[in-house]
Amino acid sequence: MTDEPLLRVSALSKFYGSRVGCENISFDLWPGEMLAVVGESGSGKTTLLNCLSTRLLPSSGTASYRMRDGQWRELYRMSEAERRFLMRTDWGFVHQNPADGLRMTVSAGANVGERLMAVGDRHYGRIRATAVDWLSRVEIDEDRIDDEPRAFSGGMRQRLQIARNLVTGPRLVFMDEPTGGLDVSVQARLLDLLRGLVTDLGLAAIVVTHDLAVARLLSQRMMVMKDGRVVESGLTDRVLDDPRAPYTQLLVSSILQV
Amino acid sequence: MPTPLVVSDVAKSFTMHLRDGVTLPVVAAVSFSIRAGECAVLGGPSGAGKSSILKMLYGNYAVDEGQIIIQHEGGLIDLASASPRTVLAVRRHTIGYVSQFLRTVPRVSALDVVAEPLVERGEDREGAREKARTLLAQLNLPEKLWALPPATFSGGEQQRVNIARGFITEHPILLLDEPTASLDAKNRDVVVDLIAAKKAAGVALLGIFHDLDVRDAVADRVIDVTAFAAGKIAA
Repeated sequence: MTDEPLLRVSALSKFYGSRVGCENISFDLWPGEMLAVVGESGSGKTTLLNCLSTRLLPSSGTASYRMRDGQWRELYRMSEAERRFLMRTDWGFVHQNPADGLRMTVSAGANVGERLMAVGDRHYGRIRATAVDWLSRVEIDEDRIDDEPRAFSGGMRQRLQIARNLVTGPRLVFMDEPTGGLDVSVQARLLDLLRGLVTDLGLAAIVVTHDLAVARLLSQRMMVMKDGRVVESGLTDRVLDDPRAPYTQLLVSSILQV
Repeated sequence: MPTPLVVSDVAKSFTMHLRDGVTLPVVAAVSFSIRAGECAVLGGPSGAGKSSILKMLYGNYAVDEGQIIIQHEGGLIDLASASPRTVLAVRRHTIGYVSQFLRTVPRVSALDVVAEPLVERGEDREGAREKARTLLAQLNLPEKLWALPPATFSGGEQQRVNIARGFITEHPILLLDEPTASLDAKNRDVVVDLIAAKKAAGVALLGIFHDLDVRDAVADRVIDVTAFAAGKIAA
């Protein structure tokens, strides 16, 4: 347990012209912590995720990240090349649609190996062995290593995308609706897998989801967004079991009981 | 005798924004303390706020007013105003909780559900599983169930998994929300023994027991929750 956060976000805002994307968002994220950002479509949660992962630049506010050498760096003051390097090595981004995070026309093994080559590994045998290991960790049979993800089911593609992101041993992973569009049974398997990997690797993650059950299962802390603002935040089970803000109460009361 | 838990002047109400903002007071001026090695029981009829008090003590419900002072990692902290991160640390190391119902995670075996709190505290997985086996055997959960996810278990079986999960750690404070509600007599006796062992080990216990036999067997004293009825203060 370190006493320093990994990411510090302060008064982050993003405007599209006069329209609010997200406004005045502040929080700290510690190593090993899973933060869920929930809210309905258009609440600004994906805008926030894209700002944090520097895929989008905010209109104002700061986000600082503690690098592996312990130095704090302000994300939006880094050069494009530095940010890309961070994205390739220390961070991961799991997209809702695996096709956005995978290269669909190269093999599964290459999808995983490519990230390793990006961090400087050039030894073919070692890259392949690591790829095999990671495919098995996400429960993809070794004999599928030379297949292209085009030939995979949705659930398998998503697991492959996770392997591709985690193979470099990132410290921070962004996830945008990681279980969206999957069958319920496939979702459960993926959630369990994610939980296990995150605990074993001790990484921090920010998960955007509109599914409160996913948030409950994966995260320890939660932020509820509406119209670009955080309306409530706190411990995940506290927010869900004792929602205080009107909007959170509406969300929680709208869950269908099975 | 050390007092690891002191509750003072705690109040709780629910504001229902979907019902025109009507406020439901639950409890007010809740004050008591629990000594190490003592088992106190919250008494009072359904709806008096027993579970709400327990949930506030675990950080699961927010606290409107007052303080919940606990001994945590050699210092004192106020759980009522603690950050989420502190609450998580308190749950990992200081306060254990046996809820009424098991919240299961798909695909995780009963054995690992029980072992998980120890693994979270940094114990190695095999050692944690060994302790989990001992507890599940003690609670008479058939061994053929250990490797299965508890989602399909009966109520009594799930509750025993839940109890094992709550009792496996050495938390100095343990909260029990009707841990024996769906158990048969034999397993109720096992839980009574487990509670006695915790008391002997110096754990401070606070519980809700509707079963009078169990209550009489474990309780050192009863805290009457109706004394904290929220209406009383205003009247």
